[in-house]
Amino acid sequence: MAEQPWSIGLRESLFVWPLLELAHVLVLMLFVGTAAMLDLRLLGVTFRSVPASEFTGRLLPWTRASFALMAITGLLLFYSSPVRYYQNIFFRAKVVLLVAAGLNIWWFHSRVHQRVHAWDLTMPPPRAARLAAVLSLVAWTGVVVTGRMVAYSWFDCGLQPQSAFVNWAAGCVVPPVPEP
Amino acid sequence: MLLPFFEWCEATALGLAVRESVWLFPAIEAVHLLGLCLLGGALLIVDLRMLGTGLTRTPVALLARQARPWLVAGVVTMLATGVLLFLSEAIKCYYSQAFWVKMTTLPAALIFTFAVRERVAARSHVAGAPVAATGALSIALWVIVAAAGRWIGFS
Repeated sequence: MAEQPWSIGLRESLFVWPLLELAHVLVLMLFVGTAAMLDLRLLGVTFRSVPASEFTGRLLPWTRASFALMAITGLLLFYSSPVRYYQNIFFRAKVVLLVAAGLNIWWFHSRVHQRVHAWDLTMPPPRAARLAAVLSLVAWTGVVVTGRMVAYSWFDCGLQPQSAFVNWAAGCVVPPVPEP
Repeated sequence: MLLPFFEWCEATALGLAVRESVWLFPAIEAVHLLGLCLLGGALLIVDLRMLGTGLTRTPVALLARQARPWLVAGVVTMLATGVLLFLSEAIKCYYSQAFWVKMTTLPAALIFTFAVRERVAARSHVAGAPVAATGALSIALWVIVAAAGRWIGFS
């Protein structure tokens, strides 16, 4: 993938790469921002008089649309240096956390949110809704932090020696150390 | 004229500590980014409402009042971490155009948010063009601040 002309073009561009990165960060305000506001509402710590269904019905479309933008800019950024990111331990952790966040969303919508009208204004909200909110906050915090750390090369496969754990987690192919 | 001040900033113990640590700058940066998410959420939930979208069944005044502590928390987190990041590379910032764009729009955004927008939001039982314009201007100002901030890292 890294040999494709568009990947090389992205990687070496003076302005397109920074602009993609900039868009990724700006949309983060909208995406994680609105998701976090929904989570705080599900925890029952704020916006207590606003029905939970109003959040999921009227704010969540913004969260979804901004996620699409995050995914598009994120995939393009990945496409600019696929090999490097594939073997980056933070990138791998980010993907795992993204999957975890996705599973939590699926669980929330398929189970907890089905009965939202029964607890629309209940305070505190049901335990399951609060649990989903905490899991969401933890997962997205992790995604943001690991996402930021992807830029740092401390654990790059090219920088040996690394611990066995790092080499395993980053999928490094390490040539065997020659016998003395 | 201000360069000596920036040189002094860079030489402070805090600036030195952040600059000499391998992981401190990235860690502070990550918290700065999390602060941005909180600020973004608390800000946009109200701005979108002022623009007539999002939580339209809730009055602007109520939304703004409830979002305010989270907005303040976001701003405080960003200022605290931002100062640390600045101290570690003050001289680079001095020569960065993006930094100066940020330093002019940030006070404007703060004053606008806490002096103008807060008043408009508190009284906006009447929706309309001035309310929508306030929301739009708020988004514009903060987007410039955030974009300029990100651009400091590219220069």
